[in-house]
Amino acid sequence: MSATTIPVSPETDRRIDAVLDRYPRRSSALLPALHLVQEEKGWVSTEAMEYVAGKLGVAPAFVAGVVSFYTMFHRRPVGKHHLQICRTLSCMLRGSRDTMNHLASRLGIGPGEVTRDGQFSLEWVECLGACDTAPCAQVNDEDVPLLDQAAADALVERLRGKR
Amino acid sequence: MAQELLLTRNIHRERSETIDVYLRHGGYEALRKVLKGTTPEALLNEVKASELRGRGGAGFPAGMKWSFLPKTKDKPRYLCVNADESEPGTFKDRLLIEKDPHLVLEGIILASYAIECHTAFFYIRGEFHRGARTFEKAIAEAYQKGFLGKNILGSGYDLDVLVYRGAGAYICGEETALLESLEGKRGLPRLKPPFPAVVGLYGCPTIINNVETLANVPYIAERGAAWFASIGRPKNTGPKLFCLSGHVRKPGVYEAPLGIPLLELLNDRAGGMLHPDRPLKACVPGGSSMKILPASRCDVLLDFDSLAAAGTSLGSAGGMVMDSSTCMVGALLNLAEFYAHESCGQCTPCREGTGWFVQVLRRLETGQGRPEDPDLLIDVARKVEGNTICPFGEAVAWPVGSYVAEFRSEFDDHVTRKACPFGAASVR
Repeated sequence: MSATTIPVSPETDRRIDAVLDRYPRRSSALLPALHLVQEEKGWVSTEAMEYVAGKLGVAPAFVAGVVSFYTMFHRRPVGKHHLQICRTLSCMLRGSRDTMNHLASRLGIGPGEVTRDGQFSLEWVECLGACDTAPCAQVNDEDVPLLDQAAADALVERLRGKR
Repeated sequence: MAQELLLTRNIHRERSETIDVYLRHGGYEALRKVLKGTTPEALLNEVKASELRGRGGAGFPAGMKWSFLPKTKDKPRYLCVNADESEPGTFKDRLLIEKDPHLVLEGIILASYAIECHTAFFYIRGEFHRGARTFEKAIAEAYQKGFLGKNILGSGYDLDVLVYRGAGAYICGEETALLESLEGKRGLPRLKPPFPAVVGLYGCPTIINNVETLANVPYIAERGAAWFASIGRPKNTGPKLFCLSGHVRKPGVYEAPLGIPLLELLNDRAGGMLHPDRPLKACVPGGSSMKILPASRCDVLLDFDSLAAAGTSLGSAGGMVMDSSTCMVGALLNLAEFYAHESCGQCTPCREGTGWFVQVLRRLETGQGRPEDPDLLIDVARKVEGNTICPFGEAVAWPVGSYVAEFRSEFDDHVTRKACPFGAASVR
């Protein structure tokens, strides 16, 4: 693959090179490299998997297998603001389903969908390890505690203001 | 005398995550003391004598685990810190990582010294973005002050610590799945034996310890095994972080000696039930994988052996509290969906069994249940338990079996009424 066709920016390419020799074995660089791709692109495309496979010297199918195993790697684009609502027991006991229903009707999308303008996506996630702040959520890499319906409204307003 | 806080000593201080604050309050003194004249073997023996048991879920004695490393040193040894805190109801390691990373890091350095390893990995679940950033910063500070790197504090001891981020997989909290993930692979648990202490990361001897386990080590190094063992109860020594969530007024992480009564934790520390008119119905004492205790059996002490005697386990001490409005079929369905989603799919009983649990529980909860369904759940749970490579099989079979056994009439009710008796208020 020539340098001009790589599916990431030169900056990400350089950061991936730096991670290749960070661990005692090169194979360990796979998850960090995928995180770097997703950090820039928001998701991991087939082209990106082939590119990462080339960097590590492994088969693209191996990379695809790893990508599909871990729920945080998105295999298609998500919204600019990716809303992840915890669905596991402690959050469910404290109303996370109401939060999800409220957000779904307000944004006009269901879990797993993206708004037409690409601004928002919704997703159920499993226990985020923040049950003391149930119902909890994440927007991209930011923790959102105590996301009841009123807090969800305020969150959407804040994120819309950020466009 | 008020209980002395140890694990949560610093968390309420301003900028508690910085090395300056940690040093100002006695941080890294244990490391200085050890590097001045304690041999690795002496430190290992001290931890062994303290009877510190692992805080990740299994409660295995940490010092004994360390002593399983082969005596030969023809291969590098590794320490892998398990910061993949994913057991539903558990959020204690997150607190330590975000609020007192240097306590954890000092524990990592001491443990690495005791087991004579020179590279430690900090495997943190991918969702802990803030924790990963905080810990990276703590590591950088420690290098700058000479607590990490070459010739630490002039002792001749070298250690590097590397952060590794997971990417969303509950199973990677299982120690051999964690190793696979760290090697850049799908997180499929390995067959044991060989145990990781002999064949671990990259085929080398490896010790895997939980974050909270390691946070105890600086105290043991500084104050000694006898002092540590005087906290808690015999064979259940030391301070412990307990999580409470669900229908409780003040959900949170509470520090107490091992052996604190569950009801004292719930009522005196966590403010009691969320709604005064809805009494306690059940509590899971140890994270969602442990067997449930109905309210009538919640008068128990929270330590490894007391809970084992009560028919359940301390697990990761992720207490989940449910009040009288909770539908146990709905609650179990919620967990079954979690386990079905998180099964790695490697072993047939787990991969197929988790699917069966969801299917049967969903039809019960929606009023389509059959009279034989409660027994079917128990039967499938028995066939999953003990028949899988890793403890995930038990982690799903225990809740299923115990919810049905303890709340049998509620499961039968769903069948006879052809509906969930809790209606819209239930967990769905």
